[in-house]
Amino acid sequence: MYWGRAKEFLEERGFNVWDYVEVSTERQVFRGVIMPRTQLGDDQHLVIKLDNGYNIGVRISRIKEMKLIKREKKKRLKKEEKKYGKTIHETGGGYVSIVGTGGTIASKIDYETGAVKPSFKVSDILKRIPELREISEIKAEEIMNIPSEDMEPRNWVKIGEKVIQEIEGGAEGVVIAHGTDTMSYTSAALSFMIQDLNDPVVLVGSQRSSDRPSSDSDLNLMSSVRVAKTDLAEVAVVMHGSISDDFCLIHRGTRVRKMHTSRRDAFKTINDSPIGIVTEKGEVKFLSNYKKRSDSRGETWLDKEMEERVSLFKVHPGVSPEFLDFLVDKQRGIVIEGTGMGHVPKNLLDPLKRALDSGIAVVMTSQCIHGRVNMNVYSRGRELLKMGVIPGEDMIPEVAMVKLMYVLGKTEDLREVRKLMLTNMRGEIGKRSPINA
Amino acid sequence: MFKVGIEVHQQLNTGKLFCNCPSEISDREASLVVRRKLRATESEMGEIDPAALLESLRDREFFYEADKETSCLVELDEEPPGEMNREALEVAIQVSLMLGLEPVDEIHVMRKIVIDGSNTTGFQRTAIVSMGEGIIETSKGEVRVKSVCLEEESARIMETTQRSARYRLDRLGIPLIEVSTYPDITEEGQAREVAEYIGEVLRATGKVRRGIGTIRQDLNVSIEGGSRQEIKGVQELDLIEEVIRREVMRQKELLRIREILRERGARVGNPVDVTEVFLGTKSKILRREISSGGKVMSIPLFGFSGVLGKEIQPGRRLGTELANYSRVYGGIPGIFHTDELPGYGISEEEVKSLYHHLGIEGKEDAAILVAGKEPFLSRSLEAVMRRVKLSMEEIPEETRKALPDGNTEFMRPLPGAARMYPETDVPPIPIHQELINKIRLSLPELPREKAKKLISLGLREELANRLVRSEYLKVFEEAISSTNLSPNFIASFLLDTLKSLRREGVDLSSLRESDLLRLFELNSKGLLNKEGMIQVIKLLSKGEGRMEDLINRFKLVPEEEIRKIISEVVSKRARDLLSGDPSRISKKLVGEVMKRVGGRADGRKVYEILLKEVEKLRRRAQ
Repeated sequence: MYWGRAKEFLEERGFNVWDYVEVSTERQVFRGVIMPRTQLGDDQHLVIKLDNGYNIGVRISRIKEMKLIKREKKKRLKKEEKKYGKTIHETGGGYVSIVGTGGTIASKIDYETGAVKPSFKVSDILKRIPELREISEIKAEEIMNIPSEDMEPRNWVKIGEKVIQEIEGGAEGVVIAHGTDTMSYTSAALSFMIQDLNDPVVLVGSQRSSDRPSSDSDLNLMSSVRVAKTDLAEVAVVMHGSISDDFCLIHRGTRVRKMHTSRRDAFKTINDSPIGIVTEKGEVKFLSNYKKRSDSRGETWLDKEMEERVSLFKVHPGVSPEFLDFLVDKQRGIVIEGTGMGHVPKNLLDPLKRALDSGIAVVMTSQCIHGRVNMNVYSRGRELLKMGVIPGEDMIPEVAMVKLMYVLGKTEDLREVRKLMLTNMRGEIGKRSPINA
Repeated sequence: MFKVGIEVHQQLNTGKLFCNCPSEISDREASLVVRRKLRATESEMGEIDPAALLESLRDREFFYEADKETSCLVELDEEPPGEMNREALEVAIQVSLMLGLEPVDEIHVMRKIVIDGSNTTGFQRTAIVSMGEGIIETSKGEVRVKSVCLEEESARIMETTQRSARYRLDRLGIPLIEVSTYPDITEEGQAREVAEYIGEVLRATGKVRRGIGTIRQDLNVSIEGGSRQEIKGVQELDLIEEVIRREVMRQKELLRIREILRERGARVGNPVDVTEVFLGTKSKILRREISSGGKVMSIPLFGFSGVLGKEIQPGRRLGTELANYSRVYGGIPGIFHTDELPGYGISEEEVKSLYHHLGIEGKEDAAILVAGKEPFLSRSLEAVMRRVKLSMEEIPEETRKALPDGNTEFMRPLPGAARMYPETDVPPIPIHQELINKIRLSLPELPREKAKKLISLGLREELANRLVRSEYLKVFEEAISSTNLSPNFIASFLLDTLKSLRREGVDLSSLRESDLLRLFELNSKGLLNKEGMIQVIKLLSKGEGRMEDLINRFKLVPEEEIRKIISEVVSKRARDLLSGDPSRISKKLVGEVMKRVGGRADGRKVYEILLKEVEKLRRRAQ
């Protein structure tokens, strides 16, 4: 919205945003609607939408005269009646619950910044993709509206609680619309936190906002709803499998990582194959073993205890040991993103020793992302193992971090921590290193 | 009475508008093909554009061929746009100032929703750079320029089918300057003058792409009592007048048809399934549709007899317009109407049976046949119904495509303001007065202004007009200032002599401007005649020697030496000259002189000097 000089200008003359006006400058006359201005723009221009639909900026210092032609009675952009918790479509039979949390999948123009920002309304999505209802009855609810870079562990808990509530309420599966930046952190967190999961929990996002004709959200959302109707009993991420709008891949929640800033096929399964594919025709095909729904499983519940004092530390040439020292003083667990097969430079050995001596869990992963750490090949690795660093196997560094939060939420006993970190709980560790992954 | 506004679109060679790919078209093999879908979205004001909705209903699939040399992730819609190409923006401001428009204070890039697949994003990025009322003088009055926009060129269409379209991404994102005028063009011939003037302004920037398709004209035609039409893609200036003439004709004929239908009290009936009438038909089209599970539907048109076959443009009938609607909305390219039946394999008997089925009368009524499968059939049928009903009411506002013969055909409904949405990935760009001042100080001169100046120097008008539009203007100007040759000689050598050399097959591609200047200089000093210049150029182009060596070979003997030789020759032959016919003998003596200088003298000059010498001799003898 307008601020500073522009705001004063409008207020002094009694004009509002959405007024249809005639603006005269020295040489020209423009007619159009006063549009909201982004806060990131300067305070020297008014944005006018001309009759032909184009916007232009008119410098306030050049405006000689401004006349009101028509005042817009009704607000052009309806305020959302209720920000959160509005159910769009309640149904009796089998249905999939879509839970909105924010992100590009729900983004459209935001007049505070002018850039896209989440403004999730499931009604907008259903209006845009009417085919969704042909796939399934949908129950939709927005529980938060934050861009994924702002996600915190307490939000994971909130999302987890909502998932349990929906499952208990009778949903066939739950789809979580989420920003893509930290989607794989959330998918890992839910994987560990949700106990005795017996239904599909699918995270979905988009790389092109829904206000674009070319958005990837349609295919992603339709595919995720299809996956939410299968017998999958795991947390998964469903996103584009290629840069065409042809198929989506089903990634295990603990094995997936965003590997590109902008491509629609940014999400990749690391060190394994995707669990499955949703074909163009809408068929869900599982390609590898997955946990299936089972009658013998107990009631699903949420283990909310997460130790938030865990950090991910990336080593690099020239890294200063003081930074690690700082973490040793503050944190309960440290995941190292080491070089190669799991190494750190010599100057980090002292702070690491101090960490382990003071009972802090240290887990080694690799900044190669692909591949397994092996700390027996070089002497530095052996030295670290001897000190008590836990080798993170082929875990994705971020997943190891989330897992360490979860494990430290259960025990402080370092031997127990080591045992749990080396136990494959949710498919996050592969015993074999597949040749095609 | 008609009113026409013109839009000229010109590609720039500055590199693409929002990424760092080159402004190049490529025929290399595609490195990648991707497949996409597009959907209509709402505008900033919460509306959906009718043109976009139409495409959305067609539910087509799009294939994009990408060549890695000319396109990147931005064209593939796999990466957000970068900042607007600064050079392209400055060219647009330059063009604005040359046309007398005022740049806007702040440029806002918009997304113009276009979901026919020609943009991977489903929109064309476009921005108003300047507005105002710039004046273009024509021989038939002033035409005002309205605005200059800077936008992205669309992808290049390679193939279209009922269910899909295939595009190439090389062209997508090349900057396009759009110059629009007010609808001030009211006479034939005026549109061409305006288009030529705008084209000249654009080329004067030196930043435009050249070649077929790099400049295109759209026309906005309004006709009194008719309606407004946007006619796309007139590639040849020669076609503008014909397109306007034929559009006026089309609207007049459509208005006439409306009168006929109103007089007859015509009406449109509901579609009827007439598949059974054609079960044994010889029509290949109908047989193919029926045997593959399709249906034949017919719309009875009461009081329409003879109207569908009425010509509205040379070779185009009302029936053709209906067929265009069928193709655009439903992807069914052909329809039949009874004004052209029996025919196309449909027998008289079948037509009779059709009339019977529909309960219509052959003399007064008519019917349309549309054959196909769902969901295409319903879409086509619905569109044809809508259009045929409109023929009794009004001429619909349309976006039409110019055909090579000057006819036009329906492309899509006229899009409105609802197709605009702000481009949130590109921040607004303020245009400061300092930048405008800087650009204003270095505006290129327009060819026609330049030509006026040259004519005042004594250059013939015809040469001046050709010269300012040629590649030799710079050499000409330098030659004028560095020699004392006449402008007409220099211009005619550059334009005509070089042209005829080229015709003879002389390759002038390696001829440098400095070479031409050196030749003019020598000519100006009397050291090289025109023939010598030509010889040097010929041998130079064949690579037979270096410039200076060649010059020495053809260099003329200096005048004082020639005079010496002449006076020697004259005094030697003084007796003959005094006794015989001096002019006859003089001609003979020219040969002798030329022989002595090895041909390296201007024969006419030798003759002139000789005559004077002989004159002197005779005067002395008297």
